[in-house]
Amino acid sequence: MSSMEAAMNPGRKPSAWKKIQRHWQLYIVISLPLLYLLIFKYIPMTGIVIAFKDYNVVQGMWGSPWAGFKYFNQFFDSPNFWLYIKNTLGISLYGLIVGFPAPIILALALNEIRTGFFKKSVQMVTYAPYFISTVVMVSIIIVNLTPNVGMVSRFFALLGVADTNFMGNPALFKSIYVLSDVWQMTGYGAIIYIAALAGVNPELYESAKVDGASRFQKILRIDLPSILPVAVIMLILNLGNIMKLGFEKIYLMQNPLNLNSSEVISTYVYKVGLLGSNFSFSTAIGLFNSIVNLMLLILVNYIARKLTENSLW
Amino acid sequence: MARSIAIKETLGDRIFIAGVYTFLSLVLLIVLIPLIYILSASFSSPQAVVTGKVTLWPVDFSLAGYKAVFNNPQIGTGFLNSLFYTVVGTLINVTLTIMLAYPLARKTFYGRNVFMIILVITMMFEGGLIPSYLVVKGLGLIDTRLAMILPGAFAVFQVIIARTFFQTSIPDELAEAAELDGCSDLRFIFSIVLPLSKPIIAVMTLMYAVGHWNAYFDALIYLRNPDIFPLQIILRNILILNSVDASMMANVDQMMAQQGLKDLLKYSLIVVSSAPVLMIYPFVQKHFVKGVMIGSLKG
Repeated sequence: MSSMEAAMNPGRKPSAWKKIQRHWQLYIVISLPLLYLLIFKYIPMTGIVIAFKDYNVVQGMWGSPWAGFKYFNQFFDSPNFWLYIKNTLGISLYGLIVGFPAPIILALALNEIRTGFFKKSVQMVTYAPYFISTVVMVSIIIVNLTPNVGMVSRFFALLGVADTNFMGNPALFKSIYVLSDVWQMTGYGAIIYIAALAGVNPELYESAKVDGASRFQKILRIDLPSILPVAVIMLILNLGNIMKLGFEKIYLMQNPLNLNSSEVISTYVYKVGLLGSNFSFSTAIGLFNSIVNLMLLILVNYIARKLTENSLW
Repeated sequence: MARSIAIKETLGDRIFIAGVYTFLSLVLLIVLIPLIYILSASFSSPQAVVTGKVTLWPVDFSLAGYKAVFNNPQIGTGFLNSLFYTVVGTLINVTLTIMLAYPLARKTFYGRNVFMIILVITMMFEGGLIPSYLVVKGLGLIDTRLAMILPGAFAVFQVIIARTFFQTSIPDELAEAAELDGCSDLRFIFSIVLPLSKPIIAVMTLMYAVGHWNAYFDALIYLRNPDIFPLQIILRNILILNSVDASMMANVDQMMAQQGLKDLLKYSLIVVSSAPVLMIYPFVQKHFVKGVMIGSLKG
């Protein structure tokens, strides 16, 4: 309760109605975004019910007959179930192992050098790819990897790699996806760590220097501990999202040759649901995925809180 | 950084810092070279591109690729559509974000914790693809321009960033003093909050605008009519699906006959479509950095 209200109503708490009246204009202001949340976020949540129904357009969401767990079982029993899980987890974990430390290393390296033209150039150039759209990014990958034409594929041909049809090779799909992501996102991801490093007390460096610490020791003893809280939060967010592997880039990178290693849950949900018009089956897969994801997030957050005292909640 | 202190660097430290410079130079090259290759190829002749002669400098300088891009009517339409979605969409995004974030930032706003929970729940659970599609369909928005604007009217994490900003940079005392003087909440928002929040509004505008310009997913699921396609969908058709539409063939038919022009067009198109964002980027870079930093504060 604010001091002003206390002064106006000495000795008693203002009623809920009084509190609402006080900011009546704000309730009008907030009603529009709340209406948006209701329509575009909460109503779709009730739509999850079609995962348990035999949805058909004629009878609609509520009129269609119940199907129980039919579509979940259909998914679990389908021959490709484990393949999609394996691909989703494989790409996510690979991306995490390479993509999580990369911005930290870049930030630590940038923190070592003097502010000047070189440092500014590295920062500006490495952030830039973040602003390239997914469609253009995938095109950049494809043109650079075009056999005999693209620069990267010619580079590998020079090194003696015989087969340079990279996009058609299922074994390479995950690496191309992850490494191009690292190429695009590392600079932007480093910003948050650079900010954390800028907040380190300079006296710490000076006393370390007086004590004869090497640069590398300073990184280990001062820099790493000071970015640890940020790193833990980023790790929780990343781990909590490993089943939520983005649709956009993978879908664009898919072709009939690499589908065996590139079909993941989100692309399958799209193909079954919107292209195949199998609404109930698609919703069931999506629901299964979000539940697993939510459980992961809660679990990872719990472990992080026990181990490091840093957590999302 | 206070590294200028007058103690001589040891040999080990000098080797270490040389390693750091080498590493960063390599990073710089790895990021730049694929981009330079595309830029050079876009200014080369079709033959030079297809035979793999282009590396870091244009070979047989030519503007054929750019001519093909600007002769394509689809690309122009897509460009204008994307401009429309970006301007209108961003305006709605920013307005709704502030409308939600400001009340949530006021400590005396009764029920704000409930509203906050309502907001955060949407970050953890979602209806998923098909239920969202059915809602948009139920509202009759399929294949309309509104389908590109309404379903993504604001991002929850932007609301949380804006709320954190309002809480930390507009003191409660100011709001209470204004209230005592008879200033209504709405008037306070317009004459105090908005002018004081220019930095966060700038950051938000940039984030949303880049998001709209680069988006293709909503168009992929909600739009069928090519006349309202955003640029990214047209780029996808040309760059990734390799499909050249009939309407496009009519105009550049003879040119397309020339082997390789279709490939060259890709390089020029990548440059043209990324140019708007990459040209603005150096000027707004520091705002983005600020945005990431505000976002990293715990809400």
